Amino acid sequence: MEKKLGIYICTGCSIGDALDIEKLTALAGTQGAAVVKTHEFLCGDEGAKVIENDISAEGINTVVIAACSQRVNFDVFNFPDTIIERVNLREHVAWSHTPNDEDTQMLAEDYLRMGVAKAKRMELPEPHIEEDISRTVLVIGGGISGLTAALEVAKTGYDAVLVEKEAELGGFMNKMYKVVPRRYPFAKLEEPSIGAVISEVTGDPNIKVYTSSQVEKVAGQPGKFVVTIASPQGAVETTAGAVIMASGWKPYDANKLDKYGFGQFPNVITNVMMEEMAKNGPITRPSDGAPAKSVAFIQCAGQRDEEHLPYCSSVCCLGSLKQATYVREKDANAKAYIFYKDMRTPGQYELFYKSAQDDEGIFLTKGNVTSVGEGDGNSLIVEVEDTLLGEPVKVSVDLLVLATGMVPTTVDDPVLNLAYRQGPGLPDLELYNGFADSNFICFPYESRRTGVFPTGAVKMPLSGAESIEDATGAALKAIQVIEAVSVGKAVHPRSGDSTYPDFFLQRCTQCKRCTEECPFGTLDEDEKGTPLPNPNRCRRCGICLGACPERIINFKNYSIDILASAIKAINVPEEEENKPRVIAFVCENDAYPAFDMAGINRLQYSPNVRMIPVRCLGAVNTVWIADSLAAGIDGIMMIGCKYGDDYQCHYAKGSELANYRMEKVQETLNRLVLESDRVKILQLAIDDYDKLPSIIDEYMEQLDGFGPNPYKGF
Amino acid sequence: MSEEKNLGSILVVGGGITGLTTAIEAAEVGYDVYLVEKNPYLGGRVAQLNKYFPKLCPPACGLEINFQRIRKNPKVKYLTMAEVESVSGQPGDYDVTVKVKARKVNENCTACNACVEACPVDRLNDFNFGMDSTKAVYLPHQMAFPMRYVIDEKACKGSSCAKCVEACKYDAIDLEMEADTVNLKVGSVVWATGWQPYDASQIDTLGYGKVPNVVTNMMMERLAAGNGPTGGQIQRPSDGKVPETIAFVQCAGSRDENHLAYCSYICCMASLKQATYILEQNPEAKVYIYYIDLRTPGRYEKFLKTIEANENVVMIKGKVANITADPESGDPVVVAEDILGGGLVRQKVDMVVLATGMQPSTAEKKAPLDFKYDEHGLILEDPQAVGVYATGCAKNPVDVTSGVKDATGAALKAIQTMVRR
Repeated sequence: MEKKLGIYICTGCSIGDALDIEKLTALAGTQGAAVVKTHEFLCGDEGAKVIENDISAEGINTVVIAACSQRVNFDVFNFPDTIIERVNLREHVAWSHTPNDEDTQMLAEDYLRMGVAKAKRMELPEPHIEEDISRTVLVIGGGISGLTAALEVAKTGYDAVLVEKEAELGGFMNKMYKVVPRRYPFAKLEEPSIGAVISEVTGDPNIKVYTSSQVEKVAGQPGKFVVTIASPQGAVETTAGAVIMASGWKPYDANKLDKYGFGQFPNVITNVMMEEMAKNGPITRPSDGAPAKSVAFIQCAGQRDEEHLPYCSSVCCLGSLKQATYVREKDANAKAYIFYKDMRTPGQYELFYKSAQDDEGIFLTKGNVTSVGEGDGNSLIVEVEDTLLGEPVKVSVDLLVLATGMVPTTVDDPVLNLAYRQGPGLPDLELYNGFADSNFICFPYESRRTGVFPTGAVKMPLSGAESIEDATGAALKAIQVIEAVSVGKAVHPRSGDSTYPDFFLQRCTQCKRCTEECPFGTLDEDEKGTPLPNPNRCRRCGICLGACPERIINFKNYSIDILASAIKAINVPEEEENKPRVIAFVCENDAYPAFDMAGINRLQYSPNVRMIPVRCLGAVNTVWIADSLAAGIDGIMMIGCKYGDDYQCHYAKGSELANYRMEKVQETLNRLVLESDRVKILQLAIDDYDKLPSIIDEYMEQLDGFGPNPYKGF
Repeated sequence: MSEEKNLGSILVVGGGITGLTTAIEAAEVGYDVYLVEKNPYLGGRVAQLNKYFPKLCPPACGLEINFQRIRKNPKVKYLTMAEVESVSGQPGDYDVTVKVKARKVNENCTACNACVEACPVDRLNDFNFGMDSTKAVYLPHQMAFPMRYVIDEKACKGSSCAKCVEACKYDAIDLEMEADTVNLKVGSVVWATGWQPYDASQIDTLGYGKVPNVVTNMMMERLAAGNGPTGGQIQRPSDGKVPETIAFVQCAGSRDENHLAYCSYICCMASLKQATYILEQNPEAKVYIYYIDLRTPGRYEKFLKTIEANENVVMIKGKVANITADPESGDPVVVAEDILGGGLVRQKVDMVVLATGMQPSTAEKKAPLDFKYDEHGLILEDPQAVGVYATGCAKNPVDVTSGVKDATGAALKAIQTMVRR
């Protein structure tokens, strides 16, 4: 595309009052633009029309808009098939620096040159579209979550393939005698509806069910997964556009709970055993088959216990209240005792708790069970301390039920069996006690494998009703990724982005950094170690671009060259002028908005810092650091998101990788006898904008101590 | 995603985290969405929160991503200061009437702030629960989306003053602007009107509104927020003193048949989180949490363990009987039964935070739809219903993650209405 550049400078919102616009316009005139215009209200109807007219009448196809932040007026400055670069003269210049000051003017001029340099090298993205996108969703697991997901997918007009390892569908729901009330007034137990759900699934022509089967391999990428299923009929190969992982949970191994007599006394059973017993008939003592006239429940049998399961299993309180109701329903003279740490019946389940409290045959008390021993005639003696009654109590019961917790299937099984270079399962699940959970509160369907959506109890301990809700959402996400890749667009967090990384493989040295560092496992490798891109797995974060020492990974609108030219466009004053220059690479998702907020609050900071927004701090290539230092830049700040266990990086690993890479850079600086702290990496949350002035001032002070970059002028 | 196809439109009512999610998730499948929000900004309750539990990360971070998704996706059209007046029709074909209040500031607004500098009138800032004030023309909050000012019709002196009109270089202020009615045609409707804090003054015994320095948990969020009334410094409202002793009263209205019979799900975690706000600013402060049960389900347990490990946090199992003002100092005095320790506790503290619960917005104003409600105004959703759905805290008090999951499912239900297979 032959570029025809237009530069538009807005003078509104104090920009015109803070800057010498004539001088700025003169500078714009030297930038090779076909058109340079100023306007006092560029985002108004008339201003936007000026640009629109130039696009249609003058053939302008590359537009630099020097006005406000790219985060506002996005709808006004949106011209189709046009390269657009926004230069932020408002929040980042006029509103945060001294008006009509030489340094403020220099800042604006640098930003303008940088914007033009980028625009000249940017190209319009061309989406990468794979052919034959599959509109089938693979669902792993045939419990309530998997069944719901498959049905919801089918109801929306897509196909589902459901793989269940057991011979029967239904999972744990199949074992249920009754279920906790799901609907107002939450007082009476409900009959399980799992049978009806199973019939609906098996009767749906758009759902193919494999029982006694397992997913042996998932290869490929969203829209084009190739799935191998080990079925009783042998290996079956099928394609899928997305994967819903609903492999559920297993009960915690009660044999580890010998402190409660499990394995020692036959009348100590688990809540899962209790459910089966209630389903099959009366509640009796396993030791002699005699009716159980008194039943005790121990809550948190293993849960909330660092030696067993550190987490709470969320549903065991409800489960024991339900099973206490069985005891009472089946024998009006029987008694139930529930010993709990905290009774956890959140939300409207409180109403069910209330109805159990109203039953005089159900005794509920907080307490710690200290011992379980045998009493007369097969009875059990349960000793409890710290009760609400004030003193320790001893209760003799016929049956003791341990409310054991949920363990996700992912704790010892990758489940997905991905044929990915980075391994068969989801990474870093130890952060979530082995659950396949999302790291993000606001984005609970996020996983580190694009197009793969964990749901239900494999993700977190939850009830049947919550599983249904969760699975319905997972079905939407599965469909959404299929629709996105079918038009070559990215999914969250860069939803709708149609750029993707190009690999110039002729120059690849097989160092494998990109294939190892991609947080989403996008890249596979051939036998020599050359990356094999899978564009539909890619989230377009640019972390591979940041990783590549050969600089052969680039996007059409975000490349080594584009940002390097922006760096080189900065006018570095001579040493004698005593005007240090700092480049700040800022995460566009959090740090950039924080700088906008600083501007909105008219917070003032040093005009010697030039900001370069980046897709992620992980998308900063170290060559840019070298370029900056070679250009005489005195210091480099890298401002990104928090990393560590509670990371806030939207690409999971970006800020952590940036930190790691910068440590290497700092080592190099030391070797070059340059102060390593000239490169400063910082973690900043979006709402930390009020801290920005002091962060920058402190850094500038530190830099002042180092003196100018000795390579300045070389 | 595929701009060419016209797949039908969805109405989402409520622009909080739940409604935002439903709208964006549906739009990213390819459907047109109208998002209707009664406030002048999107983001709802979470926009007022300082941090999310358990990560202690800022809600603005996730909101920013969601707003970016809206910026990039013309399929999401949003109306602020708007309320749905009526819905008629049938699944796949509804006629909707939306009343849009007069913002009095039009799309010319550049958020330059010149109007605020000119405005002579103050109003109480409802975003900060009245703990500070703004001018009659104001930006709803610093991270507001859309970034556009608004005029409080009740506070503004109108054309007799018009100083803001003079100050605005962009003809953005239109004091004559009138309310408007917008008619929409949609295929399905998702009701996501969320919640409001339960009115603490309804709980006679807890002293809110009568005893100084008894605040609600939502007020504490604003006190701790950098863009709040105190710039993020937690101070007690009466005299600005940094509190040394703080009592949290759990189940303030929740799990109480005289108020909200249900558990509000989030308040235990919210108080534990707020204990970190206090201790971060003043590590020597003493925090007392009065609770019935500590409800930190799932992996939230880890957060409870962390807070419990701090020796300046004391957990007392017991329901608070009353809060009165100390006759001499005026400080709040909490009286509670200590169930585990035995006996009554009487404790004078600098400040009390009532962990008030979530009341559905539909308690006050029902949806113009055939929903059934429980006695608290929670929507009782019929699982067989087609065309009209409820999601999030409008039907059950939940945390953000659960609300977002439910909202994503609601987007699918709304889409299914338009997919006749």
